[in-house]
Amino acid sequence: MKLYCLSGHPTLPCNVLKFKSTTIMLDCGLDTTSVLNFLPLPLVHSPRLSKLPGWISKDGTINLEKELKDCAGRVFVDSQPEFCLPERELLDLSTIDVILISNYHCMMALPYITEHTGFTGTVYATEPTLQIGRLLMEEVVNFMERVPKAQSATCWKNKEIQRMLPGPLKDAVDVWTWKRCYSMQEVNSALSKVQLVGYSQKVELFGAVQVSPLSSGYSLGSSNWIIQSHHEKVSYVSGSSLLTTHPQPMDQSSLKNSDVLILTGLTQMPTANPDGMLGEFCSNLAMTIRAGGNVLVPCYSSGVIYDLLECLYQFIESASLGTTPFYFISPVANSSLEFSQIFAEWLCHNKQTKVYLPEPPFPHAELIQTNKLKHYPSIHGDFSSEFRQPCVVFTGHPSLRFGDVVHFMELWGKSSLNTIIFTEPDFSYLDALAPYQPLAMKCVYCPIDTRLNFHQVSKLLKEVQPLHVVCPEQYTQPPLTQSHRSDLMLELQPPPMPYRRCSVLNLPFRRRYERVYILPEVSEQVVHFPL
Amino acid sequence: MPEINVTPLGAGQDVGRSCILVSIGGKNIMLDCGMHMGYNDDRRFPDFSYITQNGRLTDFLDCVIISHFHLDHCGALPYMSEMVGYDGPIYMTHPTKAICPILLEDFRKITVDKKGETNFFTSQMIKDCMKKVVPLNLHQTVQVDDELEIKAYYAGHVLGAAMVHIKVGSESVVYTVSVNKYAKSHISAWIDKCRPDILISESTYATTIRDSKRCRERDFLKKVHETIERGGKVLIPVFALGRAQELCILLETFWERMNLKAPIYFSTGLTEKANHYYKLFITWTNQKIRKTFVQRNMFEFKHIKAFDRSYADNPGPMVVFATPGMLHAGQSLQIFKKWAGNEKNMVIMPGYCVQGTIGHKILNGQRKLEMEGRATVRLLISFALTKRLIHVGKLLACVFCFHTLQLDVKLQVEYMSFSAHADAKGIMQLIRMAEPRNMLLVHGEAVKMEFLKGKIEQEFSIDCYMPANGETATVTTNPSVPVDISLNLLKREMALGGPLPDPKKPRTMHGTLIMKENSLKLVSSEQALKELGLNEHQLRFTCRVQLQDPHSDPDTLHRIYTHLKSVLKGYTIQHLPDGTVMVESIVIKVSSSAEDTNAKVLLLSWSYQVKHRHCPCSRLSKLGQKHNRLKT
Repeated sequence: MKLYCLSGHPTLPCNVLKFKSTTIMLDCGLDTTSVLNFLPLPLVHSPRLSKLPGWISKDGTINLEKELKDCAGRVFVDSQPEFCLPERELLDLSTIDVILISNYHCMMALPYITEHTGFTGTVYATEPTLQIGRLLMEEVVNFMERVPKAQSATCWKNKEIQRMLPGPLKDAVDVWTWKRCYSMQEVNSALSKVQLVGYSQKVELFGAVQVSPLSSGYSLGSSNWIIQSHHEKVSYVSGSSLLTTHPQPMDQSSLKNSDVLILTGLTQMPTANPDGMLGEFCSNLAMTIRAGGNVLVPCYSSGVIYDLLECLYQFIESASLGTTPFYFISPVANSSLEFSQIFAEWLCHNKQTKVYLPEPPFPHAELIQTNKLKHYPSIHGDFSSEFRQPCVVFTGHPSLRFGDVVHFMELWGKSSLNTIIFTEPDFSYLDALAPYQPLAMKCVYCPIDTRLNFHQVSKLLKEVQPLHVVCPEQYTQPPLTQSHRSDLMLELQPPPMPYRRCSVLNLPFRRRYERVYILPEVSEQVVHFPL
Repeated sequence: MPEINVTPLGAGQDVGRSCILVSIGGKNIMLDCGMHMGYNDDRRFPDFSYITQNGRLTDFLDCVIISHFHLDHCGALPYMSEMVGYDGPIYMTHPTKAICPILLEDFRKITVDKKGETNFFTSQMIKDCMKKVVPLNLHQTVQVDDELEIKAYYAGHVLGAAMVHIKVGSESVVYTVSVNKYAKSHISAWIDKCRPDILISESTYATTIRDSKRCRERDFLKKVHETIERGGKVLIPVFALGRAQELCILLETFWERMNLKAPIYFSTGLTEKANHYYKLFITWTNQKIRKTFVQRNMFEFKHIKAFDRSYADNPGPMVVFATPGMLHAGQSLQIFKKWAGNEKNMVIMPGYCVQGTIGHKILNGQRKLEMEGRATVRLLISFALTKRLIHVGKLLACVFCFHTLQLDVKLQVEYMSFSAHADAKGIMQLIRMAEPRNMLLVHGEAVKMEFLKGKIEQEFSIDCYMPANGETATVTTNPSVPVDISLNLLKREMALGGPLPDPKKPRTMHGTLIMKENSLKLVSSEQALKELGLNEHQLRFTCRVQLQDPHSDPDTLHRIYTHLKSVLKGYTIQHLPDGTVMVESIVIKVSSSAEDTNAKVLLLSWSYQVKHRHCPCSRLSKLGQKHNRLKT
């Protein structure tokens, strides 16, 4: 049994498990942090961005004026942003039999894999994962396609040249494999290969292996997977949460008695308490509004935003923000809000009980009904005429490189009255803000990451007792910036087996027995001797 | 031989009061727990005393599964769990769990508050009963205990209706209510080819093979439209949830398209709530509705308004959806009585009507109706009381008149089977999909079942049962026995047949079966001996071959050795220094008799195991004879 590790990003994993002659891809995460190296895509012409000076090496030997721009001492690629794909050379991806998806954030690389590698297998995901995953893909495609960029920068990727570039471009890895965003057609084709599964459904793969998704408590329809035969069991834990938010609670007991547990998707903010962050979010928001400023919240169009809206629903009245308009701008805003209300069986108990009444499970329905929350597909159209300030705007993309958020950065960045509040943990906020410097706007960083922290995960592992744990190498040592915090790493006996991008691990497995069936005709003739 | 027993307590050769007991692999399961619409006495509920005469049912049932929220499938549930007594798990889907208590409460109100019955379940009992419910998700495999597992499939009959696959070991039963053959258009797969031992299916419309859905819809709209055009009123008796919502969508779009102005009303307070349920559980409705829900929710109606009882006397055309669907009580019956005398009006029965209900009578062409005696007494009293309360008096007097005079039915009666019960074609399709070994029909009339039974037996050559209530159908099963085989043994046995196993050819293999603590293990005999701490006994076969050879013993042996080497290619042949030749594990020795040194005795010896294997033994003994001939 072997594990091929195709992604180095611990929360956007992509691993391939070979088990009893089946080849199973676990998640299909797309590392989007690569887009931070690119200039933002403005929706309307930005004189500031277009006037940025081109980059020429100090000695003047390399001139990449057209491709690279200098902004406040950092160099950015002036091209359509590109994503870092899972490794495609480590094994023949056309041999993959199935892909198991754990949550909608971990499927963004799917079109690259299913459409361009000769893949002929099946993708398994839950219904909310498929529907919301589709929305997130649609959103990114829309963001990219509505501001087409003719230029595609490639010269800087030349190894000799990249070596000479200033950081962080110099240190970017595998830049030749970076790819532009896929098209809607590729998305549709990729998603047509998805077969829906429900929690605890047992799916037989070729009669050799049985896979089954379990609730992971992180997002709508998010799942961990059990991959087992009659005598061996592998658990794949990815993006799980023990906090009480909107999704169904995590199923922990089914993870027991695993031979191997593959652990990915722990919190990216091990030191930030989500509840505390939520409080800080609300108080900063209220403060800015009271001072007459606007609040910008860069976010994904599904997930934590539901919790933010629910929190605000309770907060608005007490903070006398009743008249402040809240806007949610995304090409899929409406769909995301509507979809969240129809997945009753995937929600936590409290929300399920509401549906039985019958009432919508999320209070944002009421915010919309009372006109406190309005949603628009983009800043163009109705929004431009109905928009009032001061206001709160939720919009994407959290990288600040594309989407409507770019417009609000240009619009509000110059005033210190306004505040940008980061809630998504996927991008470093300093890197995200870099191409907008110098900036007068206030920045507040309240990353909300509900995934398991180290304390929770060690408790969980004690509980479920796997024989071996496999995890990204990042989890086996404290974070670089906090090297003294030995509590921010996994300490286990036996020690976890670390992996990194391109690792191939031999999993410690000894198969002793196999299940066979004796035909009724034979079993009738069995004469037994008691010993 | 293991067997599966199926006993209907209700719905055996009958429609209504579904309640079927299944015993499989030592587990007892109750499928549905419904009430009968046609009765008001004890016969209303299934006879639970069949299970046990005294005491609670908990000890006798492993679980209860409810297929959908119609009262003929869940109406007896609080009675069973709270009054008879059952504390085990009750499984139903989320929408069923949401809607079922509302219908039960409604049913209770009509029975207790309106009809004044006592000894009936209370609101609190409904709540307590619902606490025992475990919600099911589609396709989720639920482990009721270590051995019993159940899995729900989409059935498409009404919101949240499910087919259930019940499995213990390798034995299984599928129970399906009224499978809607349009269920396939739902995004989730219909049912796998799960080859159950028994498929239990409803057969309400066993003899009907209905026209296409679109045809029926067009017909329905045409009839409604014609009645409206001539100024008549249309009554559509429905159950609050289910087909009613689909018909509403149909009329709503038709009104929009034709720009019609006649009002459409929907009776009972449930309407809005019902539509809300549909909105929130949209993932359980059909694909078309789901696809468009973000743009426009199909369950927000512009033309359909809430009904008030005073509207029934308004002049001019109108369409009214009223509950209940079989015209046996409530608002639909009241409106029917008002409108029945006018031949311009029309009643459209969109579903099945149980015997004994007014709906059943008028569908059978009865044009003169009489009211029940029991109501008379109360009505007479009310009538006396209401002389002072003019407006109520008028209405009740009217009912009173119907009783004394007989009700002449002049309005047009139309039947449209919109009800989503399985028809013959649907059932046949289901059999083709699931490939059951046996078929069992419930929830249908005996005559119609008989017809379908014949058809199934003829087309699929499988046995088809149709037990009556209290009668048990027994099916013997033939499960294969799961065994854990040691991987070493498996690999070794596989290697014997060449590098690749041929999946098409059966092959015998040898091993020892160890039964220990309820588990079966197949291991090599060496391992078995080791594990069980037994000594190995060797059984050897020997054979003596006489031949004439003038050479010395070692020479003879050597000659045999060289000869064997030339003829037995591919076997390991060794000439050992102790004066033996080994062909694989077969030992050959030569000795000469004391009297005649030319007469040599060849001693062959091999173990018991070798004899069974693919071995050179037989060839060797034949060779021995040949050799003999050669020399002589």
